[in-house]
Amino acid sequence: MEKEYSDWHDNPTMRSWHPERLNARSECTISDVNDLNKPWRFEEDGLTVTRTSPWSPPGCHPVGCSLKLYTDEDGKLVKVEGDENNPVTQGRLCVRCLTLKDYIYNPSRILHPMKRDPKKRGDADAWEEISWDEAFALIKSEYDRITKEYGRESIVCFAGTGREGGTMAPFGSRMLCTPNYCYSQSGYACYVPRMAASSYLLGAAYPEIDYAGGLPGRYDDPEYEVPECIVIWGKEPLPSNPDGFFGHSVIDLMRRGTRLIVVDPRANWLSTRADYHLQLRPGTDAALSLAWINVIANEKLYDAEFVEYWTYGFDELVERAQEMPPSRAAEITGVPEEIIIESARMYANATPAAIAWGLALDQKANGMQVGHCLIALMAITGNIDVPGGQRIGDKTMGLNEAGFGFEEGLGQELIAKMIGAKEYPAYCGLILNSHADLTLRAMETEDPYPIRMGFYAGNNLLSCTSAEPERWMKAINGSMEFVIAFDTFMTPSAQATCDVFLPLATIAEREGVVQTHYGSSPVTMGFMNKAVTQGEGMSDMELCFNLGKVLNPHLWDQYEDIRDFIEHLRLGKKYCYEDIRKEVVLQRYVGYRKYETGLLRRDGKPGFNTSTGRVELWSYAFHRFGDDPLPYYIEPQFGPESSPELMEEYPFILTSGARTYAFFHSENRQIPYCRELNPDPLLEINPEDAKRKGIVDGSWVKAVNQFGECVMKAKVSPIVKEGVVHAQHAWWFPEQDGNDHGGGAYDTFRSNINNLVPNFHFGKLGFGAPFKCMICDVVPISESYDTDMDEIWEKFGKLV
Amino acid sequence: MEKRAMLIDYGYCTGCHSCEVSCRKKNDLRLDEWGIKVNEVGPQKFSNGKWEWDFVPVPSSLCDLCEDRIAEGSKPLCELHCLAAVIRVVPVSEVSSCLESMDKDKVAVYLP
Ligand code: SF4
Ligand code: SF4
Ligand code: SF4
Repeated sequence: MEKEYSDWHDNPTMRSWHPERLNARSECTISDVNDLNKPWRFEEDGLTVTRTSPWSPPGCHPVGCSLKLYTDEDGKLVKVEGDENNPVTQGRLCVRCLTLKDYIYNPSRILHPMKRDPKKRGDADAWEEISWDEAFALIKSEYDRITKEYGRESIVCFAGTGREGGTMAPFGSRMLCTPNYCYSQSGYACYVPRMAASSYLLGAAYPEIDYAGGLPGRYDDPEYEVPECIVIWGKEPLPSNPDGFFGHSVIDLMRRGTRLIVVDPRANWLSTRADYHLQLRPGTDAALSLAWINVIANEKLYDAEFVEYWTYGFDELVERAQEMPPSRAAEITGVPEEIIIESARMYANATPAAIAWGLALDQKANGMQVGHCLIALMAITGNIDVPGGQRIGDKTMGLNEAGFGFEEGLGQELIAKMIGAKEYPAYCGLILNSHADLTLRAMETEDPYPIRMGFYAGNNLLSCTSAEPERWMKAINGSMEFVIAFDTFMTPSAQATCDVFLPLATIAEREGVVQTHYGSSPVTMGFMNKAVTQGEGMSDMELCFNLGKVLNPHLWDQYEDIRDFIEHLRLGKKYCYEDIRKEVVLQRYVGYRKYETGLLRRDGKPGFNTSTGRVELWSYAFHRFGDDPLPYYIEPQFGPESSPELMEEYPFILTSGARTYAFFHSENRQIPYCRELNPDPLLEINPEDAKRKGIVDGSWVKAVNQFGECVMKAKVSPIVKEGVVHAQHAWWFPEQDGNDHGGGAYDTFRSNINNLVPNFHFGKLGFGAPFKCMICDVVPISESYDTDMDEIWEKFGKLV
Repeated sequence: MEKRAMLIDYGYCTGCHSCEVSCRKKNDLRLDEWGIKVNEVGPQKFSNGKWEWDFVPVPSSLCDLCEDRIAEGSKPLCELHCLAAVIRVVPVSEVSSCLESMDKDKVAVYLP
């Protein structure tokens, strides 16, 4: 069938980038000879070079730092280099793509489908290699049996974070046809609480700082203004590249004069270069942000015109902020009053100014209110949708259709059965996910109905996302008769709970589309070009299509092939993948002040896409959902104010999960070059506390609280304040035995900080969990668990 | 061949280790060898309230300043991949004019 395609050149938001010079780098690092403007594939010195813009795996957010993959005549990957043709990264790469060869050809990578008798879950030696046909036949027979007996709602699709698989909603809605697509982190304490604040108050997705990523002249573009001030709030953009934001853009901007304010309980590299570092007590962000509103309102530092024409509920917001004078916020947060006042002034007086808000906001029950305050700050200072301020997408940008094929795949009756839809509609309706904690409860109690089958999409929940991971393991093994893992490496989660393992293709072995910020307000749109074949892995797209055709052919016959599916899901059915992929990367231009031109609303009227057409500082949506329409502060559930009696036993405030360059969450532990940068799970403790506790740098300690314990290696460092400790997350040890010898598969429960974090501690609308504001005690132990890097090299360094 | 030097404005080096890993991959080095290594100085809060926390990459005797790449006209691999774009390999004769234009307070020059 001949398809009718549009020409992407006609889309005003899509542009190719043909640089004459590289301007993201300092003036000192422009080279004359490079691969600028080379085609998507070319030959060089007997090697074939394939240009590609990756998403995952290896795990990453959709940053799409473009790569050049050099292959020899046997199709083997010889080397990887950064591609200067990417307008944002301009050739720069992090260690995770630099070690792509060690990932693809790692001796422990799983390259073929496997099955195991469900009675032998946890037995690492009981796997048996099978063909794809056999795997699909087995899945089909179990799927038919289970759905016949318990209904399709008895299936849960567990999604992880960042990777394409974690956001691949059609795994749930069209391949398995279950309404229970579930990000398995309590309270969806990642991205979605912030997204809720943006969607409900601003009518737009996540406003990212404007780093000129979509402008042809980048930082030198005449339309662009360098932000005078960037506020980095609860975020580590340099190692994390959050949601596709290339973190080192902040460095590019600092070189161009941007000043920083950093809000973080820990000092980090950026905070040591900032004008102000607000080192608050973990979990008290709402108090601090309300105090900023207080200062900016009372000192009349806001943009009166924007407030009058484009916001709703300013007076009510100001009245609410009177409850939080800087003096009170100082008491709550531990940040000196004058620092709160001066930093608020600096932010308000800077034009333009931008706030880069991070994951830390989400990891508390009160996170959506912090998001509310920050949206309010961006709005009242007039920084939304202006050059160098906060960038938002227009109504045509998202070529990823929200809820793609959701209703067709499920039907109203099944949709109504989504776990948590009744109790937490603001959560489940926003992200079309079942509620994480209620899904756990359903597995444990069969309320509202039995859960019998599972599928892991880019998710290693026992090591990474889930609070009380052993509880999740017991719940899954106690309820599910059949569980499928889909990954590149055997994970503790797959080892402990799965019956079928399907191999996943890496970025070098696949096709697809990557849009920064998940496509809602992208600066670039990249395309993945396949360069190598290793084993039998399928991409997320391929499995969804191929297995979908087996399980629910009526929903898949409409797509001719994988590329047709990619065009439907990622290209708005408009553009020809075969043509557009040759661009490797396109810029997405979005323009500014779209609220004046009608580009934000479907009805084409000026204003924001909310019920009042304004940024709702007083929220109708929150009011309707039964929450306070104005932001408020509540104490973390555990801490000196809420649980003083527990502080005697657990005197430290515990925060967790700071990002590292070496790892993407639970990944890369089996890549020797990455592991060497961070061999052991670290717990940071202040030198004074360490002295008092008899802990020396590099010794092993036990972190313990009322929910559980784990062992970590102490890093004595002044970057945490006295009384606060920080623990790394997502640890497991691929060099250890997959059979559980008391510490879980690959010892994942031994050093899992989530053992100390409870489920069911979310906010009123169902969002948030206290991953970054718990309490604990830290005690020295005599055992040592130091990683032997020789062993890592022996096991994983000899590539196949 | 013109003599070259490596300039690093380490005031902006974030310690991402891309240089170190790029060089190890390029020269096929195991973990006990390196062509460039990132050292950490600090973190420490000085009595004036200011933090000192620097990452200072130091090239080793194995660094040949990517002679082969420069001969073909491309950038040294660590320079290409450096996330903060702080590495630069230049002819020795240009060092002082580079330093002149850099206007930074933390720059190191190496002749490895
Ligand atoms: S940020 Fe992601 S895409 Fe970019 S180099 Fe690192 S792993 Fe690759
Ligand atoms: S210049 Fe080349 S050899 Fe020297 S450290 Fe950089 S990558 Fe290694
Ligand atoms: S790559 Fe650049 S920023 Fe990263 S550690 Fe090396 S010199 Fe520093």
